Amino acid sequence: MEIIMSILAGMLFTAGVYMILQKQILKIIIGTALLSHGAHLFIITMGKLNRGKPPILSEGVTNYVDPLPQALILTSIVISFGVTSFLLVLAYRTYQTNGTDNMEKLRGNENE
Amino acid sequence: MLHAAVLLPFLAAFFIPLIYRGVKQVHLGWFVLLVPILLFGYFLTFIKGVMQGVHTLKTFEWIPSLGVNVTFYIDGLGLFFALLITGIGSLVVLYSIYYLSKAEKLGHFYVYLLLFMGAMLGVVLSDNLFVLYTFWELTSISSFLLIGYWYQREKSTSGALKSMMITVFGGLAMLGGFLLMADITGTASIRGIIENGEMIVNSPLFPFILILVLLGAFTKSAQFPFHTWLPDAMEAPTPVSAFLHSATMVKAGIYLVARLSLVFAGTDLFFLIVSGFGLLTLCWGSYMAVTQTDLKAILAYSTISQLGMIMAMLGFGTELAILAAVFHILNHATFKGSLFMVAGIIDHETGTRDIRKLGGLFTFMPITALLAFFGTFSMAGFPLPFLNGFLSKEMFFDSSLHFEDASTIVEAVSPFFPYFAVGGSIFTFVYSIMLFFRTFTGKQRGTLSKQPHEAPIGMLLSPMILVLLVVIIAFIPDAFGHALLSPMVDAVNGSVGETHIKFWHGFGPALYMSLSVLILGTALYLAREKWQHIYKAFPGKLSAAKAYDGLINGLLRGSRKLTNGYMTGSLRHYMIYIFVFFIALVGITMSVTGGFQINYNDLAPIAVPEVMIAIVMAGAAFATVFMKNRIAAILVLGIVGYGLSLLFVFFRAPDLALTQLIVETVTVALFLLCFYHLPNFDKKKESKRTNAVNWVISISVGVLVTMVGIASHSTKLFEPISDYFLKNSYKLGGGDNVVNVILVDFRGLDTMLEILVLGLAALGIYTMIKLRPGKKEGND
Repeated sequence: MEIIMSILAGMLFTAGVYMILQKQILKIIIGTALLSHGAHLFIITMGKLNRGKPPILSEGVTNYVDPLPQALILTSIVISFGVTSFLLVLAYRTYQTNGTDNMEKLRGNENE
Repeated sequence: MLHAAVLLPFLAAFFIPLIYRGVKQVHLGWFVLLVPILLFGYFLTFIKGVMQGVHTLKTFEWIPSLGVNVTFYIDGLGLFFALLITGIGSLVVLYSIYYLSKAEKLGHFYVYLLLFMGAMLGVVLSDNLFVLYTFWELTSISSFLLIGYWYQREKSTSGALKSMMITVFGGLAMLGGFLLMADITGTASIRGIIENGEMIVNSPLFPFILILVLLGAFTKSAQFPFHTWLPDAMEAPTPVSAFLHSATMVKAGIYLVARLSLVFAGTDLFFLIVSGFGLLTLCWGSYMAVTQTDLKAILAYSTISQLGMIMAMLGFGTELAILAAVFHILNHATFKGSLFMVAGIIDHETGTRDIRKLGGLFTFMPITALLAFFGTFSMAGFPLPFLNGFLSKEMFFDSSLHFEDASTIVEAVSPFFPYFAVGGSIFTFVYSIMLFFRTFTGKQRGTLSKQPHEAPIGMLLSPMILVLLVVIIAFIPDAFGHALLSPMVDAVNGSVGETHIKFWHGFGPALYMSLSVLILGTALYLAREKWQHIYKAFPGKLSAAKAYDGLINGLLRGSRKLTNGYMTGSLRHYMIYIFVFFIALVGITMSVTGGFQINYNDLAPIAVPEVMIAIVMAGAAFATVFMKNRIAAILVLGIVGYGLSLLFVFFRAPDLALTQLIVETVTVALFLLCFYHLPNFDKKKESKRTNAVNWVISISVGVLVTMVGIASHSTKLFEPISDYFLKNSYKLGGGDNVVNVILVDFRGLDTMLEILVLGLAALGIYTMIKLRPGKKEGND
């Protein structure tokens, strides 16, 4: 199962990186979102899958899944949410101000 | 006490601005003057001890872990330089009181000057190579500040920058040499290194060490071809030129060579480089000085040439040559210092330093002219018994003729040395008397902005004292010889015999050399109109200054080109750099270390629903890439997110699943909100090549991530730390939900900063929506 999930994470990365290399802002944002999904999957896979009960302590259970990746991912989900919404608003404002959402056209000048 | 003495100028530099603010009526220089005079008196007390061979050593542990101690050490060499720095320093400060009016930024000036004084004392007194290096660079910095003192003038700033570039370049090279020396001998103490000198000379790295250290010395002492910064440094106020750029700082390189002579001298390489470049600099400097028209430029080239002469004598390495070298350091400081001050007086009282405009000043300024007479004729080495310059020039000729127990290379090269010595001296003679006669005799050739008149007595006082020294030294050279020079030769040479300096050497080669300089020099001076055009042919357009400019401009252009080459402003390019670097780094590491392994033994069983979800997610992820429609792309992205939260459910991560579900919902809603304001996807396709590059990079990244994931699962190098959290969650954190306890307790700081990130994002979003340029707030 871990191998399958690793492959899936790799595929999410592939799609994410491809989208990030595009020119339109919306595509780039979709790319970052895919990238963070891939990363989350990657982290939880590294902690071994399905080896016990959910990490909520209860009587008589000694075997739990690894809680640490989950804590890391939880932090990460929230942060990537913040980043995604920031980027979305940034894209909206960029388009309003500059009239284009094409990154190649938004390059700086020579002497900036 | 010794530490306090070196520290005193720095302390004074700290308090000077306060005095400057408080006391406006008295010229700031009077307060500053106390510092060098006090120090001069303090160092004088060491003379008796040093004459008897008593050396003072004071240590203060600065960075014990690195073996860097601030050890100050007074022997003949250090003491002489300390006296030179403080003595000339006193006279220069006195002179500057009359030279700089109160309208100038005196606070800055004296702070820089004191910084320099302290740094220079540190250079000549410290026994630790790295402390010496620190002070060395500090002198470069204070020199930079002083040259750029009149920072409104473009020439000042460019001259300051040039001196900084060249001397700091040399300083860094020198540091490299120091590091190698300290590494080979295992000590950073100069005395320790001298004791272990053979280890360095016998090391295979010796040529590198020598060249690196000499780079430092040659750049600082303006040796060919690094001399080009010194003429440009003449933009500094004249007291600075007299102090830093003739008497003290430019002699730091001489000091370094002298100090390390006990290590290097005796090797052929040292002999060839130091005496060769010294003689070359002597000739080139004096040759170039003749064609200058600015008084200070003549003096600058003259200083270069004289430094070359001293350097050459240190290169000769015989006891006679070393004595002549140290004697000439003293003499040069006296006559060149006085000449710089005279040049400053002429500039101050006539408004120009251009000798094409000057002339006949003798009638207006007889005292200045008399001072200049002693200075210039001493510099020329004119055979008069009251000029110290003649004594050391004669000794220089003598030393260029005698080489004891010479090796084959020395024997092969040394017969040419007297010719260089005479050649350089002839031009020295020419520019020296030209300087005097064209300024003070004949008719005034141009209109001056000021009616020339004699300078105030305060301004004349310092050059007078120096000229007095010129004469005194010439009459009783042995008194100085015993008190100062013998201990110095001892420090440089390791031993000292009899040092008797005499005016009359009898009829010998040295005398004939002096006479030929006198005759040829006079002839060349009289016939100067006829041969001046030779400068058009040589050096013509060649000059070290041009080479420097070309180098600097080339470097600037090159780096700009390089930077513009990859800093294209294109986000895609930057992302490509990052990904390619990631691929290269991880890929190479993995293939080199053989880190990729697959271990099939320890896998979770494959469950059908999970695989189904995975397939759907993969499909959806790639669908976002190919979707032409924005809403469709966003919804498909949502499928990936929801799929992930389902997977979290299967993988027993209830908290993750819940959070992911909520966040995904909100994100999709946000996307849908925003896309309305954004334009449609471009219909235009990317070029095939771009597309191919994108795919190659993204697939490589994906494959590498997969490989890392599998490899990390298959290799267990150490036990996971998660057990700690499971065991202590209730005991230490008081909660059953281990993930939550980790977040709010074990890794609470993480969570707090995460909240901060969210807050910042919210603030950013609010700002972007609410604040617009050109619109008043609240109009939305």
